[in-house]
Amino acid sequence: MISGYSNLADTVSSVFLFIGGICVALLVLITFFMLYFVIKYNRKKNIPPVNIEGNTFLEITWTIIPTILVLVMFYYGWTGYKVMRVVPEDAMVVKVTARMWSWLFEYENGTQSDVLNLPVGKPVKLLLSSQDVIHSFYIPAFRIKQDVVPGMETYAWFTPAELGPYDVFCAEYCGLRHSYMLAKAEVMPEEKFNEWYSKEIPTEKIAKKEPLGLELIKAKGCDGCHTRDGSPLLGPTFKGVFGRKEKVLTGTKEREIMVDEEYIRKSMLEPMADQVAGFPPIMPSQKGLLTEAEIAEIIKYLKELK
Amino acid sequence: MADEAVVSNYAGISFYEEKGRYSGLLSWVFSTNHKRIGLLYLISMLTFFATGVFLGLLLRLELIAPGKTIMEPQTYNAIFTLHGVIMIFLFIIPGLAAPFGNFFLPILIGAKDVFFPRLNLLSWWLFISGAILAIISLFTRGGPIDTGWTFYAPYSIKTGTNVSLAVFAVFLIGFSSILTGLNFLTTIHRLRAPGMKWLRLPLFVWSLYATGWIQILATPIIGITLLLVILERFFGVGFFDPAKGGDPILYQHLFWIYSHPAVYIMIIPAMGVISEIIPVFARKTIFGYKAIAFSSLAIALVGSLVWGHHMFVSGQSYTADWIFSLLTFLVAIPSGIKVFNWVATLYKGSIELATPLLYALSFIFLFSIGGLSGVIQSALAVNVHLHDTYWIVAHFHYVMFGGAGFAFFAALHHWFPKMFGRMYNRRRAKWAWFILFIGFNTLYLPMFILGWQGMPRRYYDYLPQFHTGHLISTIGSWILVSGLILMFANLIHAFFKGVKADNNPWGGSTLEWQIASPPPPDNFDQIPLIEHGPYIFGTQIFADSRG
Repeated sequence: MISGYSNLADTVSSVFLFIGGICVALLVLITFFMLYFVIKYNRKKNIPPVNIEGNTFLEITWTIIPTILVLVMFYYGWTGYKVMRVVPEDAMVVKVTARMWSWLFEYENGTQSDVLNLPVGKPVKLLLSSQDVIHSFYIPAFRIKQDVVPGMETYAWFTPAELGPYDVFCAEYCGLRHSYMLAKAEVMPEEKFNEWYSKEIPTEKIAKKEPLGLELIKAKGCDGCHTRDGSPLLGPTFKGVFGRKEKVLTGTKEREIMVDEEYIRKSMLEPMADQVAGFPPIMPSQKGLLTEAEIAEIIKYLKELK
Repeated sequence: MADEAVVSNYAGISFYEEKGRYSGLLSWVFSTNHKRIGLLYLISMLTFFATGVFLGLLLRLELIAPGKTIMEPQTYNAIFTLHGVIMIFLFIIPGLAAPFGNFFLPILIGAKDVFFPRLNLLSWWLFISGAILAIISLFTRGGPIDTGWTFYAPYSIKTGTNVSLAVFAVFLIGFSSILTGLNFLTTIHRLRAPGMKWLRLPLFVWSLYATGWIQILATPIIGITLLLVILERFFGVGFFDPAKGGDPILYQHLFWIYSHPAVYIMIIPAMGVISEIIPVFARKTIFGYKAIAFSSLAIALVGSLVWGHHMFVSGQSYTADWIFSLLTFLVAIPSGIKVFNWVATLYKGSIELATPLLYALSFIFLFSIGGLSGVIQSALAVNVHLHDTYWIVAHFHYVMFGGAGFAFFAALHHWFPKMFGRMYNRRRAKWAWFILFIGFNTLYLPMFILGWQGMPRRYYDYLPQFHTGHLISTIGSWILVSGLILMFANLIHAFFKGVKADNNPWGGSTLEWQIASPPPPDNFDQIPLIEHGPYIFGTQIFADSRG
């Protein structure tokens, strides 16, 4: 599968094919001799065995040739990798935040999105950080992967070469919904990207008139655990949450409360204080991750969600 | 120990009939006889192996189609963790060394037992205590561990599942491994029979020697690391949690400093067994004895310095990346040397394609695929794409199951008549091998393709483009398990009803074939005098053989 979806893809594929080709050849060679000897020197033929204790020339040969081969292979792998670690200076910077179990992409002008929108043919540098555990940012089509480690910033870069949507995966196991920590990278023509980026033309979402609160719920990853259709997931559903009576655990005590503005705010900032019974205690605090204005927008949206 | 020429008090009986202080089950679990301890390991490990296979089967069934098939994500995460922990720590790390090393190492060097028989028993007790704790951890506070067998911080610090107890269980098992390694090293240094010079040692012994050094040098590091995880969970110390100033990358370094060499703890004894089996069924001496013996040491040495290749995309430094990549490539050289020498041993032999040799040859084939796929992913540029995908899952199953696992079965079929004094049905054994081999490749080959397509590992659910590969792989798992069932049914049947085995059914030349099947309690009436290397066929090498 040779593909040129990014500037790195061809390099990776050609190193893979080069080393892979040598390896397949070696495997065929080993297997051929093994089968050939087994047939030729089968005991049924009653040929007396010949004791051969070794052969220095052969030992040297099959030490030196593989040594040269692996050094060449190392060199190719290394040069291909060097390109991945040196970012061009004109690269567009996108901050990527990973958290259980969603991605947030933030552009230089402050635009936030849960889709990685990119202009085709322009180098992009991703600055990766995590809010909780280790994740790994992986776009198979572009042949890039980089762990996202809490407490440090890592990076990756590439130039997307072809238009289209591409899958983004989390490649480092991060808990319950690891396999659902997916996103899309949308590579578009530069003009279209600029339009989206400068918000001159409403994006698809705004065209559908999505309320700001819902956009936040998606962008901040709330919908990784809370549905809007009434079915419980890892946390209670958002549908009809406002005014609902819930049994909560305060410490170890169970009590009944009514969900109001104050409760929703507290659940976001101190989720463990009054936790709805029957769900795992895994919600991370959003303190510092949501502004007061954003909290207000989310509450406004939840009030309406009947 | 090492008394010369002790006349045995047990004339004519096997170690099964030996009368000791205890009888029944106690005569086993309190026995210090290396053969009984070897069998204790064998039975307990096969039980764990069966459990691990069953869990793997459940995982494959869940992955037969996208979406939920039989279990919830949390169950899946717990099961893949258990599958890994059981297979790695309870089956493949004790691997061939604990059961076959215990049973055959003293015999192969002409000794009556290991150097520290009681320490040997303690090793098994630590092993089984660890296993019991691991089982208890499933049913106590927090429930089954869901971190993956790598226990990566900070997830392992944050998850609510019962990490501490499970990790402590692994700590105990590690202790067992250290003591076994220490025991084997001392035994090989001190208890070789007169005339058993270093270059006359059977190659399985050489492999245990190299393994022993890794066990005692590398295992303490994971022990300490796991204790740090426990401390961090109980007291919130902050070794690895960046929120408290710790470093998650440090955890990965400490973990892999042991866990990569652990791969060689599994594979080197496997290579040793292959080096025993091939000369016997080719009826000629091994090709390149010294090359094979010393390449074990080279693998142990270089293999201890390559752990960083698990971390190319972890955020470790660029310098670390290229150094570890280079060292990783170098480790391929001694592995290649072994393969070439084994194949060369077949040249001008008189080859009998018996079941042990079938397993040994398929070991060479499968291990070569595993090793060569490892060469591909050692290349930095390629590793970025393949890391943590199904390619890796395929790679390590080829190395561990196709390699160490098939060598385990090879050893089991090779030494079964010696250990139990009975012979299995050879036709059925070959059929089982065939089904197992086909099933294995159907199960794991598609994973290479899935990985190259970008399917990440440890995924409960997947996108539709990965369906075909997963479907084939799941079908493969059923074929593989059919082969395993037939193999064990055949062996269990032989254990109870098999025909009595000769002392030397394969015409082997090493010392174990010169004594009775099953061996007498003290192995030898008289410590043998060794006059030449291990693989001389057609000459009587041990005049005092019984029967």
